[in-house]
Amino acid sequence: MLSRAIGVTAAIALVAGSAMAQDKAADKLKIGLITTLSGPPAAIGQQQRNGLALALKELGGKLGGREVELLVQDDELKPDVAVSKVKAFIERDKVDFVVGPVFSNVLAAILKPVTESGTFMISPNAGTSSFAGKDCNPNLFVVSYQNDQNAETMGKYAQDSGLKKVFLMAPNYQAGKDEIAGFKRYYRGEVADEVYVPLNQLDYAAELSKIAAAGPDAIFVFLPGGMGVNFVKQFRQAGLADKVKFLSAFTVDEGTLPAQQDAAVGFLAGGNWAPNMDTPQSKAFVAAYEKEYGAVPATYAFQAYDAVKLLDSALKMTKGDTTNKDALRAALKKADFKSVRGDFKFNTNHYPIQNFYLVKVAKRPDGKYQTEIVQKVFGDFADPYAADCPMK
Amino acid sequence: MPITLLIVQILNGLQLGVILFLIAAGLTLVFGVMNFVNLAHGVQYMLGAYLAVMFYGLTENFAAALVLALAMALLLGLALEFAVFRHLYDRDHLDQVIATLGVILFVNQGVKFLWGAAPLSLPIPDILSGSVVLMPGLLYPVWRLVVILAGLLVAALLFILVAYTRVGMLVRAGATNAPMVSALGVNIRRLFMIVFGFGTMLAGFAGVMVAPILSVEPGMGDSILILAFVVIVIGGIGSIRGAFLGALLIGLVDTLGRSFSVDLLRLVLDPSAARTVGPALASMLIYLLMALVLFIRPAGLFPAQGR
Repeated sequence: MLSRAIGVTAAIALVAGSAMAQDKAADKLKIGLITTLSGPPAAIGQQQRNGLALALKELGGKLGGREVELLVQDDELKPDVAVSKVKAFIERDKVDFVVGPVFSNVLAAILKPVTESGTFMISPNAGTSSFAGKDCNPNLFVVSYQNDQNAETMGKYAQDSGLKKVFLMAPNYQAGKDEIAGFKRYYRGEVADEVYVPLNQLDYAAELSKIAAAGPDAIFVFLPGGMGVNFVKQFRQAGLADKVKFLSAFTVDEGTLPAQQDAAVGFLAGGNWAPNMDTPQSKAFVAAYEKEYGAVPATYAFQAYDAVKLLDSALKMTKGDTTNKDALRAALKKADFKSVRGDFKFNTNHYPIQNFYLVKVAKRPDGKYQTEIVQKVFGDFADPYAADCPMK
Repeated sequence: MPITLLIVQILNGLQLGVILFLIAAGLTLVFGVMNFVNLAHGVQYMLGAYLAVMFYGLTENFAAALVLALAMALLLGLALEFAVFRHLYDRDHLDQVIATLGVILFVNQGVKFLWGAAPLSLPIPDILSGSVVLMPGLLYPVWRLVVILAGLLVAALLFILVAYTRVGMLVRAGATNAPMVSALGVNIRRLFMIVFGFGTMLAGFAGVMVAPILSVEPGMGDSILILAFVVIVIGGIGSIRGAFLGALLIGLVDTLGRSFSVDLLRLVLDPSAARTVGPALASMLIYLLMALVLFIRPAGLFPAQGR
C-alpha cells in the first residue's frame, strides 16, 4: 500500500516536472549557431557571430515575441566536429533553428543531421551548388548566395569590359574549381593559364612570376582568408598591381582588409552588398555594427544579421509558434523582412534572388578600409542550379 | 622568356630555402646536440613575426622592431626552456613530442588572446620596398632579395661560428657524443641553453623577415615546421651544413616543381589531366625526395660526424 502511494506521488511529481519543463521550453526559443571560431578563418566566424548578436540585441532579445536563447559552438572548420556539435544542439539542447556555418564543406556535413530531425537550417554564408540543385532541401534556407555567383559576377564584368586575356587561380579543392567554372561561365575571352595551388599555401612567389611572364590583362583569383592576405600583399610587392587588373571573389573583404590595407586599394571583387550601400537599412546596420564592435562589417556579418531578421519575420507570422513546421516553412519562404542589401526574395530552391555588384576596395577618410559598390552587374540574379531542384 | 622565368623561380626557391634554413638550423642543433624533439620550434618563428608587428606599432621603426623582437624572442625562448623543455631532456621522444605539442596549442591560443585571430601585417621599410629590374623583363621585389642576402649572411656567420670557435667546437662535439663532452668537464646544460637560445633567435629572425611578405596569423609556424623537419631529415640531423644544403634543395625543388610541373606534364599528358595531376605531384615532390634520401642514405645527405 505504502509503496503504491509512493509510486503515485512519484508519478504525479514526474508529470508536474515534465509539464513545467515543457512550459519553459515553450517560452524560450533556442537558436544554435555553428561557426568557425578557431584557426585563421576565425575572423570570419566572429563577424558572423557579431552580426547575429547585433540583430538579436536590436530586437530586444526576442524573435516573434519569444525570448531567445542563443547557443554558440565552434566547428573548428572540421566537418566531423561540426556534426557532433549540431547533434548535441538537436538532441541535448533541442534547438528550434541551427544557423551557420561559414564553409561549404561543413554545411554539406551537417545539413542531413539537422534537417532529418525536422529542425530548420539557416545558412548565412555557405551556399553549395549541390543543395541548390537536385539535392535541394525544404528545411534549408540560404540567406547569402550560391557560391558561384560572385565569380559569375566577375566573369560577366570581365567579358563586358572587354578584357582579352585573364589569368585564373584558385586553391586545389572543390570550391576553388567551382569558382573558376563560375567565372568561365560568363567570360569567353582567352584564359592565359589556370593555376591550382595547394589549400592554405602562403608564398605565391612562383605563381606571381608566372603571372608576370604570361602578361595577362587581368587576373581572377579565389583565395579566401589568410591566403588572400598573403597573395594581395605579394601581388602589390611584385609590382603587378599597376599592370594587371585584380578581379576576385572572397579574397578582399572587410575580414581581410585590416591586414591587406593599402596593398588592396583599388582591387575589384564581386558581391551582393558593400558597406557603402545606399539603403536606410544598410546605413543603420553599418553604423550600429561599427559602434558595437569597432570594425567595418563584412558580407558575413550582414548576412548573419539578415538571417535573424528573416527568423523574426517568420516567427511574427506564426505568432511565435514553431511546432507547425509547414506554416513556419511557408512563412520563412515569404522572406517578409527588409534586407540590408535591398531587394531580396527566395527562389524555389530557397536560395536568394538578388542583385550582384562590382565592388572596389577603398580607404575611408577615417583610415579604415572597406569595399564600395562601383556598378550593378546582375539584377535579380538567380543561380543556374535552381532548375534542377524538384521543390516548387 | 622561359629563361628569365627560370631565373626568377630559382630566386624564389632560394628565398624559401634560406627561410627554411633559418628555422631548420636551430631545430637540427637542438635535435642533434640535445637529442630533443622540439615541435614547438615553429612557435618561435610565429612569435618573432608577432613581436615585430607589436614593436613596429610602438616604435614605427623597422630596425628597432627587428632588434627588440629578436631580444624578446630570445627571452621567451629561454623562459620556455627554463619552464618546460629543461625537464624533458632526459625523457624519451614521445614525452617530448606530446609536451611540445602542448606548448604549440598553448602559445597559439595565447597569441590569439593577445593579438586576435585576424591576420596582421608588417610593412616593408620604405627604402627596401618596390622592385628592381634584374634583367630586361625580369622584375623582382627588393625585399625578397634582402631576405635571400640576409639568410646567406646568417648562414655564413653560423658556419664560421660552428667551424672555427670554441663554442662551435663544443656544439659539434656535443652533436657527436654528448655524454663524452659532459665527462670532459663541459657544462653541458649551459651549452644546451646557449644552443637553444641561439636556435630560438634564428627562428624568430626568420619570422621577422617573412612578416612583410606573409600574413602574421596564429598557427603560422605549424606548417613551416613540417618542412623544416623534412629539411633536417634530408640534410642529416645535427649538421649545419646539411641543414643549409637541405633547405636550399627543398626550397628549389618545391618552387620549381610548383611552377613547372604542369608545363612538363603537358608534354606527355593532355592539358586538363596535366592540370589535375601537376599540382598534386608538385606538393608531393619534396616528400618523395625525402623518401628517396632516406632509402639511399638513411642518416641524411650530410650527417654530423660519428652518427
